Amino acid sequence: MRNAYPVRAPNLASRVLNGEAIIMNPADSTLFTLNETATVIWLAADGTRTLREIVETEVCTQFEVDPETAILEAEEFAASLAGHSILRFAAGTKGQE
Amino acid sequence: MASLIDRVSRKAREECVPLGLHLDLTWRCNERCIHCYLDHDDAAELSLDEIRGLLNQCADAGVFFLTLSGGEIFLRRDLRAIVAHARERGFDIKLKTNAILITEADTAWIRDYGVHRVQISIYSHRAETHDAITKVPGSLARSLAAIRMLRDSGVHVAIACVLMRPNFRDFSGVRTLAAELGAEFTIDPTITPHLNGDRSILGLNIGRDELASLFRDETLVGDAAAFCAPPPPVDADVLDGVPCSAGHTSCYISPHGDVYPCVQFPLSCGNVRQTPFMEIWRHSARLREVRAIRARDLSICSSCGHVGTCSRCPGLAFMEGSMYGPSAADCEKTFIRTGIPTGNMRRNAEGRSQPAGPLVQIGLAGSQHRTQRGFE
Repeated sequence: MRNAYPVRAPNLASRVLNGEAIIMNPADSTLFTLNETATVIWLAADGTRTLREIVETEVCTQFEVDPETAILEAEEFAASLAGHSILRFAAGTKGQE
Repeated sequence: MASLIDRVSRKAREECVPLGLHLDLTWRCNERCIHCYLDHDDAAELSLDEIRGLLNQCADAGVFFLTLSGGEIFLRRDLRAIVAHARERGFDIKLKTNAILITEADTAWIRDYGVHRVQISIYSHRAETHDAITKVPGSLARSLAAIRMLRDSGVHVAIACVLMRPNFRDFSGVRTLAAELGAEFTIDPTITPHLNGDRSILGLNIGRDELASLFRDETLVGDAAAFCAPPPPVDADVLDGVPCSAGHTSCYISPHGDVYPCVQFPLSCGNVRQTPFMEIWRHSARLREVRAIRARDLSICSSCGHVGTCSRCPGLAFMEGSMYGPSAADCEKTFIRTGIPTGNMRRNAEGRSQPAGPLVQIGLAGSQHRTQRGFE
């Protein structure tokens, strides 16, 4: 999954309050809140960078975190959001692992 | 989910973020409902460009929950463009409409823009009653046709039924109809005074016995014994509490750009044509005054045993005379719910003057921000 290109699902409502995102999926009225680290990944998930690239260029530069730990947690986070259909992986990626 | 919303709301209040906005796009309407509190003039509505600019400001200010209402919003030919812009700016979008102008083509873009919910007013399952309230023959049939189209397109629909004397006996029929249509169902037995000050429409309010029957209907309130229970003792936390979200985390903007704490709280705090929204939100002296009010500051309610559980609407209190005073309408509701007179009622019974207007309104859930199970 770390080499996949995450992209936010279309037509979600989202807002960032004091560094933390709130997201509403109108399809099932589910509300999500993300912490600051997850919000950085969420905002960067526009389908142009792999999850690994996002972690390296955004998360590791803004937070004091071990890179390998960060990528493992990012994979877990991305899988969770994908399970709720609010994050997808763009076509033509290097492969969804 | 409720606790998550509570957490987000608490954070918004701490940060003074206007999390919710009720924006009336027009006061024009193609129905003439007998209980409506609006004037239907079309003078100087915000233009599409003005609304886009306003939505940009509101998104930047942190507004998340956006309700587009009226009047009848589908009378605006630019509604689709407004919703498209709202989607682009990431709002959670709710539309309030009578739906009689909605076409199949509309249902497609409503779905495609990810509108969270379309709330449609239905007053009765019987055309003679519904159409008599809207004063538009055939309106029920047209609204129901739109609901079916929306449902078939995958759009969430909520049926809102304002209860009043002419349709009180029909609410269970509307509820059954909503279930058949796969729609949510809410009732609201609150009639609001007309914005021009005319209180005559309050005579449409349902009576005490009827309201009492609603308060004891467990399909509406859940555990009726708990819902109608005497209030717990008042403590410091209660007295330090805020009356409701109006002006704290939500506000209302009229079609002409006037900013109020709530659609039911006509305290003008500024106009977005003259002043940027965020400047009004942060610096309006009136909004700051509203935000500063705590339960302990209320002139009569602070010493009332119901202060922690009463549905007192500060907007109704304002319309009755003072936003620091009681809302006689809510005192009445609390009394009907619990059987225990409020401090204000005792005071009046002792012959002391009533600071507010006449006791003419009976209602429930005075603000959209005080949602109780089954009620809005």
